Order: sequence, then structure tokens, then C-alpha cells
Amino acid sequence: MYDPTTPAHGTAENPVVQPESETYYASQWQLVWRKFKSHRLAVSALVVLAIIYLCAAFAEFVAPYDPHVFDSRYVMAPPQVPRFFDEDGFSFRPFVYGYTGRRDPQTLRMRYEIDTTKKLPIRFFVRGDKYKLWGLWENDLHLFGTEEGRIYIFGTDTLGRDLFSRVIYGARISTTIGLVGVFLSFVLGVTLGGISGYYGGIIDNIIQRVIEFIRSIPDVPLWMGLAAALPADWPILRVYFGITVILSLIGWSGLAREVRGKFLSLREEDFVMSARLVGCSEWRIIAVHMVPSFLSHIIASITLAIPGMILSETSLSFLGLGLRPPAISWGTLLQQAQNLRTVTLAPWLFLPGVFVIVTVLAFNFVGDGLRDAADPYTR
Amino acid sequence: MASYIVKRCLYLVPTLIAISIVVFIVIQLPPGDYVTTYVMRLEQEGVSLSQHQIDQMREMYGLDKPMHIRYLKWMAGIFRGDFGFSFEWNRPVAELIGGRLALTVAVSLTSLIFTWVVSFVIGFYSATHQYSVGDYLATFIGFIGLATPNFMLALVLMWFAYSRFGFIYGGLFSPEYAMAPWGMGKFFDMLKNLWLPVLVIGTSGTAGQIRILRANLLDELAKPYVTTARAKGLSEIKLVLKYPVRIALIPFVSTAGWRLSSLVSGSVVTATVLNLPTTGPMLLAALKSQDMYLAGSFILFLSLLTVVGTLLSDILLAALDPRIRYQ
Repeated sequence: MYDPTTPAHGTAENPVVQPESETYYASQWQLVWRKFKSHRLAVSALVVLAIIYLCAAFAEFVAPYDPHVFDSRYVMAPPQVPRFFDEDGFSFRPFVYGYTGRRDPQTLRMRYEIDTTKKLPIRFFVRGDKYKLWGLWENDLHLFGTEEGRIYIFGTDTLGRDLFSRVIYGARISTTIGLVGVFLSFVLGVTLGGISGYYGGIIDNIIQRVIEFIRSIPDVPLWMGLAAALPADWPILRVYFGITVILSLIGWSGLAREVRGKFLSLREEDFVMSARLVGCSEWRIIAVHMVPSFLSHIIASITLAIPGMILSETSLSFLGLGLRPPAISWGTLLQQAQNLRTVTLAPWLFLPGVFVIVTVLAFNFVGDGLRDAADPYTR
Repeated sequence: MASYIVKRCLYLVPTLIAISIVVFIVIQLPPGDYVTTYVMRLEQEGVSLSQHQIDQMREMYGLDKPMHIRYLKWMAGIFRGDFGFSFEWNRPVAELIGGRLALTVAVSLTSLIFTWVVSFVIGFYSATHQYSVGDYLATFIGFIGLATPNFMLALVLMWFAYSRFGFIYGGLFSPEYAMAPWGMGKFFDMLKNLWLPVLVIGTSGTAGQIRILRANLLDELAKPYVTTARAKGLSEIKLVLKYPVRIALIPFVSTAGWRLSSLVSGSVVTATVLNLPTTGPMLLAALKSQDMYLAGSFILFLSLLTVVGTLLSDILLAALDPRIRYQ
């Protein structure tokens, strides 16, 4: 047995870790976390993701208005930018300028413009539209709002609904669909990939052929075909699960391949052999010895698989094959930006897309950081 | 090598048969069939049909037969070049899809070349100028391309062109050529309008390709043989181009087929937004109205493109990297 108190001999480029140092006692996860923390981009991306998910979780509170409520007085009103400075100088409380409506003499359409004479101070923790947080607690407290007038920091859509509130509510579906979908793929992929890699032989052959087959079907047309099969009269929740199942049914194959590869290489490792010689059961070898040694890799590839699912949901909903209004997701919100004329009048309808891009980028950066950190022993 | 190619081609047959079965099941998954959709549409217009008429229509379209009979009939037809009948368009499917598939392939191939050229230049620059401003900029743009949904990029570009230059993107052909028969004029007109779809479809794949080339080239550049060559006084350009680039290009070339199939997939969504006369919009409409033979044939052909693309990739990989064949 190795005695940590006896000094070992190190070389210049590979110094021996002193027994007193923290690194010596750190578990694998502590090492992974330490390496991840040194990746600044990944850490900031993780913070961004945390904020997005918090907003999605507390959408009712963060959003100033009910996402379904529309105000026909403010249709396609431009975004109000929160400000600290006006002609009098700095004000500690941020404020927005109100709107003046004016009818376009040619199109007879109401056009809204920012009116710098109307100053609406932003209040925090205001009472507003009633809601039921997670369908449990009734409340009317909102993170911010104004006492008079309306505040639309992202502008309003073609029906006069607050775009910011809708984006925040949309985050709920758009960001979780990737998580749920990846979780389902993970279960399928790890189970089938594990069986395939651990047992080998005929089972391995069959599973490999199935994976090859799934990968040979073009994904977008297949998604479209499957998504078109979801009945139009299904409730939102069921369509949501339908879409996640569709996405994960196709998404598991890549993960299964990776798990299989890991199992194949680990099976030959000495520590597995010794575990077998000591008399460990097969399940114990898999669960206690093999899975932890590649779990960090799997988590990294899962993180990198989430953005693909978010993008697929957005595309499907955009095409009208995924979630349909009144369901709110970033994809359904972007449907309004489909018409070139509408977008020219209201370019802020692209804002939900900015959220898609930021979320996808953040997942990519976190995934990259995790992949680098997954192997804490490499330099 | 020859036996490897033959073996892979033989594998193609069962794969395609399995795909055709899956496709046929998938397109029939929606509850009801084309007649249901059609009757519903008529009812919205205030016309109602008797049960007898509906049954007659089902019989006419062959929708009254069980699924496996319909599948076998469809398959038997395909071998004779008959892909079934489009209910919606009232024309044989083969007539409808031919031109659109050709355009899909044309757009995808052009996008592939675009992806290659752009990612080769940027990837090469990033690797030889690691951690320079240009490298960070290229990586950043690559990431943005990766994270932006294709359709959104298309919309933003269309909006930008319209609001800045008053330019309306009308599709692959200018109005005067849209209905014209093929000729040199129409061909050049298409080339003129091809930039937007190619840019949109190409960017999503470019990011990945840049990363692959950059990583591979960096690996090669760190190897001792490069140092040796440099120590012997070989000029930098010659040194990089002659050995490391050739090795770093292997995955680049060999993944062409996979890239092509993902481009075909990706173009479906983009084409719908840009209203290109390719497979996208018609497939979407066919899926929505349950025009099963039309939708099925489209998906079948797109799958064929994917499978052939993968096959080409595997063969290229085996040709470039002899280790693959003996596995």
C-alpha cells in the first residue's frame, strides 16, 4: 500500500505533489471544478446560463406583464430604453420615455414614437397583473414596472403584447426542451451504448447497425415528418413532450457511440481486470468503477448537445410544425418576424432570436470548458 | 479497395429499404389521411360531402387498402419510375420533384464549395496566427454562425438588404425568368441570386469546419518534423503547405459527404424562409396537408442523398487513410 507520508521522487517537469497541498487530497470532481474555474469564458457563460434559467423559473415575477394580455393602444410600439440621464442631468432612478401615437397619413396605421416630454420612472417590486407562481402561489408582485403608463423595454408585438414578458415566458419552454430532450437521449444513449460496449458480440452488432441507420436518415426532414404527426388539437404540454421525444429519439445515437467507445477502451484497463479478480459483480464494476471514470466526458458532450436541441425546437416551431401559438417559445415568437414588411416596421421582433443565439453560445462555451476540464490530469 | 467499395455499396440496399419503410410509416403517422384534410377544407368552405363520396375518393386514391399493400404498391411503382400521385397538385410526384431536387443539389453543392473555401482560408489563417486578433475574430464569427438559426440569419439578411438598399429578395430567379425555360440567361440569373441562400446555408457548417482544420493544423504544426524542416531553412509558406496542411486536410475532404447531407437537411428550413423553388417549401406543404406520396418521395430522395453522401465520405476516407480499411 502506498504511504502518503513517504516522499516520492519528482522530476523538474513533473513535480511531486506535496502531501500537505490541497491538490493531493482533492477528489476528481474538485479537480474538474478547479480546472473549469480557470476557463474564464466558460465561467462567464455559466453565469449567463444561470441568469437565463432563473428568469425562466421565475418568469411570472421577472416579466412586468401577463404575456397573453394585449393592449390595442400600443401595437408594434418600439422598445423603450431605460435611461439614467435626461436634460436635467443624472437621476439615480432609471426611467423610460413614454409614447406618442400618431396616425400615418398614408397607411392609416398608428405609429408610436418615443416622447421625451413624458418621463416614466421605473419602480422595482411593483404590484401589477395577477399571476400564480408555478400554478401554486397567487401574487401580483413584479420585478419592475411603472406606476403610470406602460413599460415595454423590448417594444410590443403585432397584437400589442409586451415582447419582453413574452421572451421571458418563452425561455421556459425553449430552454427546458433542450434539457429534457438531452436527458432522454442520455438515458437511451448510456443504456444502449453501455450494453453495446460492455457485452460486445451480436448485441453490439445489432445496436451499431441501428445507430448507423438512424444516422443515415436526414434529420430535419425526419423531424418535420414526425412533428407533423403530432395532432393539432393536443394540449401544449403534450406537444412539448412530443417534440422532446422526437428530438431525443434521433439525438441519442451520437451519445451511444461515445459511451460505447469509452466502454470498449475501459474494458481492457487494468483496474477493471483487478476489480473482476477481486470478485466485484458486473453491475458494481460498471456503476462504481467504469461510469465515474468517463462521466465527466459524457457531461461535456451532453452540454454540447443541448444547443442543437434548442435550435431544432426553434426551427420546428418557426415552421409551424412544433409548438403553436398560444404556446410561447422563442420559435413561436420568431414566427412573427417571418414577414419582411412587419420586420421592417418592427425590427425589435428579432429580439427573441438574440436570446436563442446567446443561450446557444453560452452552452457551447460551457461545454467547451467542461470538455477541457473533464480530464483534470492532462496539462 | 475495390472489395471495400463493393461491400459498402451492397450495404446500401438494405439501408435504403429500411429507410423507405420508416419514411412510409412516418408520413402516415398523422391521424386521418389526405381525404380527411381535404374534406375538412371543403367543410370550411361550406361544402359537405356524403359518406359515399368520401369512400369513393378513398378508393380512387387507394387509401382504403391496408398500409403494407399501399407500401408494396408504392415500392413497385418506384422501380418503374412512378413515385405515386400527388393528391394536392393532381399530378404525378415524379413530375413535381425532379426540378426541385436538382435545384436542391445545386444549392447544396455550391454551399459546400463556399463552406470549404471560406473555412480553409480562415482555418489556415487562425492556425498559423494562433492567438492573434484575427484568430479571435475568426473564432468569434465562427461561433456566431454556429449559434444563429439558419432561418433567422436569412431573415436578418433579407431585412438588412431591404431596409438599407431597398432590395427585395424574391427567390432564386428574377421575375422575368421564374417561368422561363432553362437557358443561359436563366442560368446566369440563378447564379446572381444564389448568394443569399449559399451564404445562409453555408455559414452554419463553416464554424465546425474552421475548428476542425484549426485544431488539426495546430496539432501538426507542433510536431518535431515541422521543427526539423524549419531548422533546415525551408521557407515558412512551403513548409506549412507541403506537409502539415496535407495531413490536416484529410478530415476536411473525407467529411465532405457528411457535410453535404447536413447541408441538404439544413437547406430545407432556409429554403422555406427564402421561398426557394427547392424541396423545402413543397415538402413542408405536403407534410401539412398529408400529401403522403409527395412528402414520402421527398424524404426518400433526401435520405438517398444523405446515404450516398455518407458512402462517398467513407470511400474518400478509406482512400486517403489506409488504416480505415483494415478495421
